[in-house]
Amino acid sequence: METTTKPLANAPTLAERAHNVRRNALRMGEVQGQGYIAQALDIADVLAVAYFHAMRYRPEDPAWEERDRFLLSNGHYAIALYAALIEAGIVPEQELGSYGSDDSRLPMSGMASYTPGMEMSGGSLGLGLSIAVGMSLGLKRKKSTARVYTLFSDGELDEGSVWEAIQSAGHYKLDNLIGIVDVNNQQADGPSTQVMAFEPLVDKLQAFGWFVQRVDGNALDTVVAAFDAAKSHPEPKPRMIVADTLMGKGVPFLEQREKNHFIRVEADEWQLALAALEAGKQ
Amino acid sequence: MMKSVRTAPQRGKPRLTTSAMIASIASEGQRTKPAPFGHALVELARNRTDVVGMTADLGKYTDLHLFAKEFPDRYYQMGMAEQLLFGAASGLAAEGFMPFATTYAVFASRRAYDFIHQTIAEEDRNVKIACALPGLTSGYGPSHQAAEDLALFRAMPNMTVIDPCDALEIEQLVPAIAVHKGPVYARLLRGQVPLVLDEYGYKFELGEAKMIRDGKDVLIISSGLMTMRALEAAQTLAGDHVDAAVLHVPTIKPLDTETILREAGKGGRLVVVAENHTIIGGLGEAVAALLMRAGIHPTFRQIALPDEFLDAGALPTLHDRYGISTSEVARQIKQWL
Repeated sequence: METTTKPLANAPTLAERAHNVRRNALRMGEVQGQGYIAQALDIADVLAVAYFHAMRYRPEDPAWEERDRFLLSNGHYAIALYAALIEAGIVPEQELGSYGSDDSRLPMSGMASYTPGMEMSGGSLGLGLSIAVGMSLGLKRKKSTARVYTLFSDGELDEGSVWEAIQSAGHYKLDNLIGIVDVNNQQADGPSTQVMAFEPLVDKLQAFGWFVQRVDGNALDTVVAAFDAAKSHPEPKPRMIVADTLMGKGVPFLEQREKNHFIRVEADEWQLALAALEAGKQ
Repeated sequence: MMKSVRTAPQRGKPRLTTSAMIASIASEGQRTKPAPFGHALVELARNRTDVVGMTADLGKYTDLHLFAKEFPDRYYQMGMAEQLLFGAASGLAAEGFMPFATTYAVFASRRAYDFIHQTIAEEDRNVKIACALPGLTSGYGPSHQAAEDLALFRAMPNMTVIDPCDALEIEQLVPAIAVHKGPVYARLLRGQVPLVLDEYGYKFELGEAKMIRDGKDVLIISSGLMTMRALEAAQTLAGDHVDAAVLHVPTIKPLDTETILREAGKGGRLVVVAENHTIIGGLGEAVAALLMRAGIHPTFRQIALPDEFLDAGALPTLHDRYGISTSEVARQIKQWL
């Protein structure tokens, strides 16, 4: 762990971190009665590894110059990132109850000027990788060793601009850029692979000059190994982690619910979901 | 349904033949200066190491090649990908650099609008956008005629919008916008650019409108190359005993409301706003709304491009056709007096 705060001897395990990220997300979902909760649950393991294994940052100084940058291109995943930022101590836990409310620093779609630790304004999909290319070029100019992590969704692969950025990152050999694409195979109009076929994704990304790994995004050990390899890979290439994930992961009745981009959770189900999450705690 | 196609031209009539993408806006014999933006940026970058240059395959055509030659390691070729260009410019700005990002006005305003809106303006990033072929400065047709760029960028919060007149003004605006913190959209004239305002002892100051010449019969409020047309038209009008004032408004946003209200409020003068832009949403409508809000009601006319897709053709032909040539400016004003 490269955070500058020394881990305590009894520091939570990654599994506990992922659990806490899921719990924070469910609590925020309950506040609003809605939210992209199925996505938050699917990506919690990736965020736990990013924030509690891979990334370098100072919770008390979110703008620390040497921090690794984390860009949330899929701004509707804000509920998930807030959950991680709270767990990381970057956003105070007491703000959790303000999620999506008037004057909150935690709006439903992530925006840079609202939230400590939020590096870009998402919402309009397909922006993140382009910004990441500029940041990665900028960090190289400054001879910084910081990295740029960018999370985006499989639906964003439909956007032409994403491929402009993928092509240019290969051109500029941006080895300080680590992309993570959440393949949960669900976007607004249905399964992503049916909305617009994007496979074979690994082959495509490799052809664009990237070092690519495809992993089960809900298996902590393999996610850890993927982040480690992305950081240590010797070739001067940008790195992509293709993370296959399960929407609703960790709450069995949501995992089994008919797949939907914006999953419906009834008012009485939030506590049931939290209970199911606790029951499944490893 | 069959598409409608234009009828073939009639034989025999002599006509200009240049409908090129890049056409000079300098009139015959006019003094010019080469690549004022490129040279000014190189000068700026000598002292400002945070300046980087970026383009989307239009370095040569935005005069950025001069910067590229001088500072190759500070130059980013992003390929023919305008959305990437502006997203990446935002990223470099986030890391403390000051990107000057260039392309054609049509591509920044129309293709990359959301990227500029979300990654630059919304995040108030210090990116300077300099775009060639503003308004009707290409004979290539609507693909390259940015008739609506000012309207689009005026509507974007945080964005400063500049429409410079000539080589002198472009030279001066480069260091001025570098001092200003925040996103800027500047229209760019490139290549051999007319030099006019030096004769009037002009100095560009961000956010300031300036009286270039005074006159008692008509007040022409203009921006960009229309200020040089207005100055030429004023000379023609003087021959007809019409005394024309020219108020140059290079900063379209934020508008110098004080100077405009003071000059338009003097009374007794026809007020004409002249702009190289569609009549919708540019300087003319900005001034009209300002005057209405302030309760100032002069006789008010607009010289602007019509709300239609403009023709391909030679620039002098098109400028006559759409009323923004010097002779057309003078003719319309005489008609209105």
